[in-house]
Amino acid sequence: MLATMSHEIRSPLSGVVSMAEVLSTTKLDKEQRQLLDVMLSSGDLVLQLINDILDLSKAESGVMRLEATKFRPREVVKHVLQTAAASLQKILTLEGHVADDVPIEVIGDVLRIRQILTNLISNAIKFTHEGKIGINLYVVPEPTIEKVEGIQRMTPNQATISVNGVKEEKYLPTPQSGSDRNLHGGCQKHDDHCNQNHAFNECSSPVKSECSMNGDTEEQPHSTETTVWIRCDVYDTGIGIPENAIPTLFKRYMQVSVGHARKYGGTGLGLAICKQLVELMGGHLTVSSKEHQGSTFTFILPYKVSIACDNSDDPDELSDVENNDATYDDTIEGFFQFQPHTLGALFSSNGASRTQKLLPHKLSGFSESLCSFPSDDIMSKGTCLVDDASSVIDALEMSESTSSSGHIPETKKENLLSKDKQHHAWSLNGGANSSEPMVTNGEMAEATRSSELQQTFQGQGKANKPTPCVTSSSSSSSSSSGLSEVTKFPLKPRILLVEDNKINVMVTQSMMKQLGHSIDVVNNGVEAVRAVQHCAYDLVLMDVCMPVMNGLQATKLIRSFEETGNWDAARNAGIERSTDSDYECSITSTKRIPIVAMTANALSESAEECFASGMDSFVSKPVTFQKLKECIEQYLW
Amino acid sequence: MTMDVTQLQRRLRDHEATLFQQGYLDDDQFSQLQKLQDDSSPDFVIEVVTMFFDDSENLLKSMARAMEMVPVDFKQLDAHVHQYKGSSASIGAIRVKNVCATFKDFCDAKNLDGCVRCLQQLQHEYSQVKTHLQYLFRLQQEIKAAGGSMHAH
Repeated sequence: MLATMSHEIRSPLSGVVSMAEVLSTTKLDKEQRQLLDVMLSSGDLVLQLINDILDLSKAESGVMRLEATKFRPREVVKHVLQTAAASLQKILTLEGHVADDVPIEVIGDVLRIRQILTNLISNAIKFTHEGKIGINLYVVPEPTIEKVEGIQRMTPNQATISVNGVKEEKYLPTPQSGSDRNLHGGCQKHDDHCNQNHAFNECSSPVKSECSMNGDTEEQPHSTETTVWIRCDVYDTGIGIPENAIPTLFKRYMQVSVGHARKYGGTGLGLAICKQLVELMGGHLTVSSKEHQGSTFTFILPYKVSIACDNSDDPDELSDVENNDATYDDTIEGFFQFQPHTLGALFSSNGASRTQKLLPHKLSGFSESLCSFPSDDIMSKGTCLVDDASSVIDALEMSESTSSSGHIPETKKENLLSKDKQHHAWSLNGGANSSEPMVTNGEMAEATRSSELQQTFQGQGKANKPTPCVTSSSSSSSSSSGLSEVTKFPLKPRILLVEDNKINVMVTQSMMKQLGHSIDVVNNGVEAVRAVQHCAYDLVLMDVCMPVMNGLQATKLIRSFEETGNWDAARNAGIERSTDSDYECSITSTKRIPIVAMTANALSESAEECFASGMDSFVSKPVTFQKLKECIEQYLW
Repeated sequence: MTMDVTQLQRRLRDHEATLFQQGYLDDDQFSQLQKLQDDSSPDFVIEVVTMFFDDSENLLKSMARAMEMVPVDFKQLDAHVHQYKGSSASIGAIRVKNVCATFKDFCDAKNLDGCVRCLQQLQHEYSQVKTHLQYLFRLQQEIKAAGGSMHAH
């Protein structure tokens, strides 16, 4: 009923907003334009509200199906922060820290988790005018009974999730009392407990059961799962929340004050939705805050972890992939920082000690001491690295791409992806700059291409990672060869244009040619996914509305691959890999590819949707030289 | 002889100015296209615009066909209009693009009457911009033939 109503409301409202948009393309005087802007933002807000209402009602009714997919928490944190940084319009530092004991891969509903994080982060940004905002992720012991009650809310309805490619087996514990006991039993704590079949039987919550009670019918007969409780703090140094507002904070439509609503906007539904989602997943959302100092929103959720992948000795595919240097970096780096700059943003990360060996080569401006520092001394050196690298953005790049028109976020200099191009930074500061994980071993082939995506790492020889020496010795040779390519400009950046309109293709291709780039062209989302499966692109320009599969969906599939290391989502959507070299290709492209949406600015292509699907920024159509040029400068140089 | 060329060039400039002023063509977008014309693609603008003409005619026909069906397939119709909106925007044919925007809303609202009216408007705007552009190209060719050059962009 609510859904139908909302749709009915949405259509004529879309009409009003579209008319306003058309109006805005006509000749208007200043006053008229101002009036129109108000109309447009009000209209957008109402549409947003309708979407939120729908979301919330879905979550409240318990109808929401929870997914259980394997994903990498570090990637998710990074992506959320990257996306937020991309549209950041204030001077704030965004940082993320994932503790070392957080598993590399966990099983959960990654989309919802990302939704929650994005929501909390955007709130934080909204209410923080200076200082920093961050995400902290760390493992905690199983929470006390009150939190466990959250789990009990999960009804058998939610047992119908299907796990990542594994056929869902119903291993529901038999007696209900049995499961009650489980929830209080605290058996979800330790790995070893859950290794035992019968104990595991007790452990498994009614929902996610990949465990083998029978010990068979699994891809990995010995793999069992354990549950790890991970706490997530989203903190900020913002205006804080007055004590009296806290009780009603998570209630619908409640905003701290009328003045707040007027000043900061928003629908007042965000937190209510977050709370529902967290509770649906078996957790608890709380807040602590001090006015004028900042706030921290905390949620603790249980995640299943496949034991097999935790164990680096285990010779299964997953740890092979883990040991492979290509994905290594993505998975173990635990600290991210995005600092805005008048000129751009910085992304630094502490990662494997393996890459310590790379440092001497890379950091021409750095002292040897950086390379030799002990693995547990990370943070201090980490900060030092950040500081050194903070003079990151090369003025050269900046002066070229001074944003002129009132473009969208892509031109904002806080776009972190743009400034991470090592070779550029090398030439200017001679020092470490940060960017995406270094491509190693398996990715050597692509090294030239992706040499701009380098990362300065510092050792962090902690648990849960493959031993550094193993990987570094195996990779040092190739790494150094890769290193020699670090300082080169990528000779030919590979750009993919995904566009179905012939004329747009012709115009865009011609523009790119004049800018000195040749591009590959495909005509729909499916072809785009296939193209990405085949080779690592440095930039993807993705039209949003296309037949067969649209740009949003294609982007989601590509990001899913980047986050999970597999193409299962694509396969589920009907895109079969046409090559057998699964492994090889998966090595080449778990780095995040910059994907820029090309939108016709229709309502159905809102910026939010683009970002939510995993896009990095967008270009509004029609495409112009200036827009393309800025795009290239941000993502390729 | 040079007088002719100068006259032609002036006429060309005036014509372009009119097109821009009257909103047939978007100055910025169209000049983007003109910038793409160079020695390696000397006829780029004509090529793109010709492609646009072909595309337009096909799309307009498809739209008409979609509206003749019973029941009308608004989704398909919207897809055609969306295409047309995109391509007209790319070459700077603003009026056409604007009608497409309205057309899309009528499609969303499944308003057949509105759609019919929009199609008529589209056909009108298209034929107008086509005539204007063809005149533009003719002038350019005459100038070339008379030994002059079109003003550089």
